Amino acid sequence: MADHLLEVDDITLRFGGVTAINGVSFHVNDGELFSIIGPNGAGKTSIFNTLSQVYRPQEGDIRWQGESIMGMRPDKVAELGIARTFQNIELFANMTVVDNLLTGRHVRMKNSWLTGALWFGPAKTEEMENRRKVEDIIDFLEIEQYRKSPVAMLPYGIQKRVELGRALAMDPVLLLLDEPVAGMNQEETEDMARFILDIRRELGIAMIMVEHDMGLVMDIADRILVLDFGQRIAEGLPDDIQKNPDVIAAYLGGELAH
Amino acid sequence: MRGRPKLFTSYEADSAIFPTSLQKWLAAAGILLLFMLPFDIPFFTGPVPRAFPDSWPLLGGRYTLLGQIPILQDGIPLVRFLGDSNWLRPMTEVLIFAIAAIGLNILAGVAGQVSLGHAFFMGAGACTAAVLGGPEDSELFWGLGLPIWIWLPASGIVAALVGILVSPTAVRLRGLYLGIVTLGLVFIGIHLARVFPQIAGDTESGRRYPEFDIRAWKEGSPQVTISSEETVTGWFGLNAFTVTERQKVYLFCLVVLLAMAFFGKNLMRSRTGRALQAIRDRDIAAEVMGVNEAKYKMIAFAISSFYAGIAGAMWASFLGKVAGNQFSLFISVEFIAILLIGGAGTMSGALAGTFFVILLPELVEKATEWLAEQDSGISGAIGDFLLTEGPGDFGPISEPNVAPGWALNVFDWNVVIYGVLIVVFLIFEPLGLFGIWIKIRNYWKGWPFSY
Repeated sequence: MADHLLEVDDITLRFGGVTAINGVSFHVNDGELFSIIGPNGAGKTSIFNTLSQVYRPQEGDIRWQGESIMGMRPDKVAELGIARTFQNIELFANMTVVDNLLTGRHVRMKNSWLTGALWFGPAKTEEMENRRKVEDIIDFLEIEQYRKSPVAMLPYGIQKRVELGRALAMDPVLLLLDEPVAGMNQEETEDMARFILDIRRELGIAMIMVEHDMGLVMDIADRILVLDFGQRIAEGLPDDIQKNPDVIAAYLGGELAH
Repeated sequence: MRGRPKLFTSYEADSAIFPTSLQKWLAAAGILLLFMLPFDIPFFTGPVPRAFPDSWPLLGGRYTLLGQIPILQDGIPLVRFLGDSNWLRPMTEVLIFAIAAIGLNILAGVAGQVSLGHAFFMGAGACTAAVLGGPEDSELFWGLGLPIWIWLPASGIVAALVGILVSPTAVRLRGLYLGIVTLGLVFIGIHLARVFPQIAGDTESGRRYPEFDIRAWKEGSPQVTISSEETVTGWFGLNAFTVTERQKVYLFCLVVLLAMAFFGKNLMRSRTGRALQAIRDRDIAAEVMGVNEAKYKMIAFAISSFYAGIAGAMWASFLGKVAGNQFSLFISVEFIAILLIGGAGTMSGALAGTFFVILLPELVEKATEWLAEQDSGISGAIGDFLLTEGPGDFGPISEPNVAPGWALNVFDWNVVIYGVLIVVFLIFEPLGLFGIWIKIRNYWKGWPFSY
């Protein structure tokens, strides 16, 4: 058994001449709230895409509970228990909230097209069980009244919440949150922060959060990794990161830091 | 608790095929009507008598209220119009095409994979039926003479296997490009039919297809004769109840359609259906949520082709004789029209679309015939205005037997109406007939408030 839940070891991702991630290493422990920050184009979302194997890094290794997940299909990674939300909402727009969350249950369900077509029997039993679990999540995220609405018609803040719910429906061990409060107002941000803290306390799910809202990151993150131009410039506790001259230089420019 | 809205009290009731009692009753009434359609049942699909028959208890001999209305004495107009024996042919065709439409709906509407190759998969099913069910003694054509319970499922399975072979292209291509590749399938199919006349029959005249007869094995008389000319009397122990060949075929197709629609709807509301919809809406996100894209695209193609294969075999069997080149691009386009007009992605849309698209040309034709017969009154004047009887007589529609002038005949007008309908639906109601139904339903849900 490995020491850490997730270990990212010296990964490098290139698109032609552009090096999006350059030799980045980090690890995430069980139940930890790890945060990745950095200016635009630093490679934060690219790291998420390599974790879910949508992008395949050219060098380095990613280990999940000690086993390498390099070269795995994205749906196999999802089966391991790595769930994620997206920066620009990637919900299934024409499906209802319930159906979106039930799609999140896909990896935890077993019925095939054949039993599904017959409905009566195992498929129906499984559908009802999973509907109950989905209703728990709907309850947890306080989106009861939107249950039957197609998600395309919902307001942005609610869509973000539904997307979090869809990831939670997968019964994840690690949750990747890509800018969970981007474009939200103060109240919605506070709601989302409360949900994130509740997820950690009640469900004990480890999380990696990419976020630009520094107030939120410094308040709730356990450890922070700072990237700039695909390279790691700092890693540590929130208080240390705030004082780190390299981080200040990356965000505000060199002169102010030194 | 009077006046409270009816609430769902279980997840089961919430995910039922017909969640509300109104929908249940409408569906039951619709299915009952479809079963009674081919028969002249007094009051329902046949003429309304002036008086109740003497044999009826209590009511015998009394005058009926409806029977006093002259037009109803010939039968309830629309139903009568549909129930007439000439109408059984298009109605049976509707039932068969609806099966194929459900299939394409699963592929194109639910999983979002545009396919113009549906005719090819229908042809694959028809050819399988021809080889497995065709007569053994023919020198020109291959045939094994197997019974229907083998050739009908097998035609679906063979078409599904062909669909699985095609599905890897869908992983590589999407949208228009996939449409073009599947379009190519139709031409490959027609070419193959020409190369293998032993399977598909002669290019000009086709070959005979097996009949709908349920028998245990090759020899022996069928347990249930469906496509024989003879008229059966005494089904279900009713002595006065006679069933002709056409009515039997209609009922057989109706039963198959209902079963296939039930399976299709179940598929759409369960795990597989959601995975397909997820691929349609956001394929990358679907993969990250654990949906194996290649596998589910394969499933979509397999199931869709299975439906097409069954429908193709039934259609060929129903027509009796089909040439390979009848499974042409026109059929594929007809299915696209069905989905666009009915409403892609929904079961009721696919069914409503088929009824509309297949029956509309028949309605136009019948209406024109009816107009041509009218000599006097308003209908006569309208007929005079619309119909061209010969050179020098102006009117937009020419009768089929009239030498071609500048006016189009009924069949050409059908093509025009198709095109106009597709354009109108795409612009004004992209959800099709299903969208219109939803709008009406939502209006009454909130009535008398506007929302």
